[in-house]
Amino acid sequence: MHEKVFIAGIGTISAVGQNVTETLESLKASKHGVGKIEYIDTIYKNAIPFAEVKRSNRELKEILGIDSRKMITRTSLFGMMAAAEALRHAELDITKCRCGIVSATSVGGMDLSERFYDEFYADHAAGDINAIRGHDCADSTEHIADFLGIKDYLATISTACSSSANAIMFASRLIKNDMLDAALAGGTDTLTRFTLNGFNTLMILDKNHCKPFDAGRAGLNLGEGAGFVLLVSERMLGKLKNKPLAEVKGFGNANDAYHQTASSPDGQGAFLAMSKALAVSGLQPGDIDYINVHGTGTGNNDLSEGMAMKRIFGDNIPLFSSTKPFTGHTLGAAGGLEAVISVLTLQNSMIFPNLNFSDPMPELGMTPVTRLIEHHKVTNVLSNSFGFGGNNSTLIISAIQ
Amino acid sequence: MCPLPISEKPFDLAKPEKYPSDYLKCIEPDYKEYINPALIRRMGRVVKMGVATAVQCLREAGLEKPDAVITGTGLGCIEDTESFLNEIIRNKEQFLPPTSFIQSTHNTIAGQIALLLKCNSYNHAYVHRCFSFENALLDAMMMIHEQQDSKILLGGVDEITPVSYSILKRLGIYKSVLGYDTAIFDNPTDGSIAGEGASFFVLSGDVTNSIAAVNAVKTFYKPADSAQTRQNIEEFIQNQGFSIRDMDAVLMGYSSDQNSDALYNDLSKGIFAENNILYYKHICGEYFTSSSFAVWTAAQILKHNHCPDALKLRFDKVDQFKHILIYNHFKNSEHVLILLSSC
Repeated sequence: MHEKVFIAGIGTISAVGQNVTETLESLKASKHGVGKIEYIDTIYKNAIPFAEVKRSNRELKEILGIDSRKMITRTSLFGMMAAAEALRHAELDITKCRCGIVSATSVGGMDLSERFYDEFYADHAAGDINAIRGHDCADSTEHIADFLGIKDYLATISTACSSSANAIMFASRLIKNDMLDAALAGGTDTLTRFTLNGFNTLMILDKNHCKPFDAGRAGLNLGEGAGFVLLVSERMLGKLKNKPLAEVKGFGNANDAYHQTASSPDGQGAFLAMSKALAVSGLQPGDIDYINVHGTGTGNNDLSEGMAMKRIFGDNIPLFSSTKPFTGHTLGAAGGLEAVISVLTLQNSMIFPNLNFSDPMPELGMTPVTRLIEHHKVTNVLSNSFGFGGNNSTLIISAIQ
Repeated sequence: MCPLPISEKPFDLAKPEKYPSDYLKCIEPDYKEYINPALIRRMGRVVKMGVATAVQCLREAGLEKPDAVITGTGLGCIEDTESFLNEIIRNKEQFLPPTSFIQSTHNTIAGQIALLLKCNSYNHAYVHRCFSFENALLDAMMMIHEQQDSKILLGGVDEITPVSYSILKRLGIYKSVLGYDTAIFDNPTDGSIAGEGASFFVLSGDVTNSIAAVNAVKTFYKPADSAQTRQNIEEFIQNQGFSIRDMDAVLMGYSSDQNSDALYNDLSKGIFAENNILYYKHICGEYFTSSSFAVWTAAQILKHNHCPDALKLRFDKVDQFKHILIYNHFKNSEHVLILLSSC
């Protein structure tokens, strides 16, 4: 259990870019992806903004070289885009090592399921049955695995909004326990009428562009996309053409055990997740240079997360920001996407801003980074992802020493 | 929790006479014995099944707060997912109650267990078809390896609803067994017997008061051919320091689907020709986490040194049950192997 785990490749697709390069350009230029939704038939089209990937399924299939008639979920297409980029980036020959995939998603292939269900609802013999084949969460994982030729180990995790942080955690442990030499880890999720209405019933969707950690925050913006990292063991480093990008130094998961959807006022689950990740990494709170907060923009999350940060860091809160005003909250993909952004932070010595912030919460008085900071050496990034069911996870991603 | 009555003292399982419905549904307990009535009201059926079984398991182990709660579920909370889909259509996206959405996430069972126990520990939910329980089991075994003294609550849960049955039947995965008896396993046809269940375990690295030992778990995906499947099984057993002859019984996932069962039959006539062969899905039906029921069954056989006749497909005799191999696969895609030994 002592072997280190490194990130050798990253890949992403979201409302701010269909690959890592585009994503970085958007983050640097404060170009966000929140706006009017096009690809979902909903009565909230003009009422609520979303961070949608502006590529149709047909376009995504074309990019991936898939027959346009093939029935495949948007969740799978996003996952294939991001995972393929991470693998390409690492230039790793997976036939010469034990390579697995740990993917995450919150609603799996619901994008096609709900189209099937529209017809099925009125008549149980109706609806294109092939549209529901991809409903379960493992469907996208197996599509990615088959697309890339990964066979040695497959797992899928679904713990709501912390899913892909947990995927990176589990994959890191598989490598540390010598079960695998390499693993693609991350998550993919697509906007669906199901999710959109679900969050709307909870009354936590901002009718405007979200403003995490702001006193006047009014909820979150939902997004979609995928984020994957290619993890390798220390022994694999000699087989890589390039230097690894970063190290997964710490991880921790804890349950808030407070409420099915709400976070505790003292942020106990978040506090424990961050504490565990610090303990695994061997770092002190003072070693953390930047926190990519979960920061959804809901009243409850940001206060609870801020309280937990105070309990860990006291008066010395590191620089922090939520990048969700750029990408929207991509749910099961968020931990993977934000791990990619954390690597970009380390690689480029820059901290991306928390857009739309103006006033600190009176309870906390904490101010995030509001403008792009460049030429700022960052060694250790802490990334938080919290989900329904009290599921709280923290990753610590560090520069190569 | 399973669709047929279980006798634990002495350990016995009855062979079903004639199946009374299209699919097998669990015999559910009085949930008030396990869960606070105020909480029961809000829980979906699969959540109740999982939480009650988890509580029963913790009571038996005398454990209040586990160091981790890890679940596997292939399809999660189907009933609540259907409810919310129905409400969206019925109410045209307006004035929807949030309850079924809130309960529909795949980690609801693990989360509700944490909430009930006020348990802040590690909490995960694996959702990979026929690997769901095995992903969770591997996580638990790694955790015990990482921290010897940890005690982990591990479970596999899946539910069936009239709607999920009708969809999976249209997909050719399930068939109706109404009016049939277990003879349907002698003459398999297209489609599997449909079922559901919940099985929970407390895992620890301490042999004291243990029921059985899990030696190893292995999953493999889309083997090139049957030769590779055979090789994977042989290697798995060899890596544990055993030979196939050492297996006192092989518990296989016969589901009465002719294509799936052909694989089990080949092995039963081939590498397992000298072994006792057991089956279990005639009791619990086919579902993505059915192998958790197989683990429960194998553990009971080892604990009691007794195999109920209902499980025997081809059986000679065993004086002392020491090792049982579980092998299950789904559509020749996901294959799982679990080896259990007596303590």
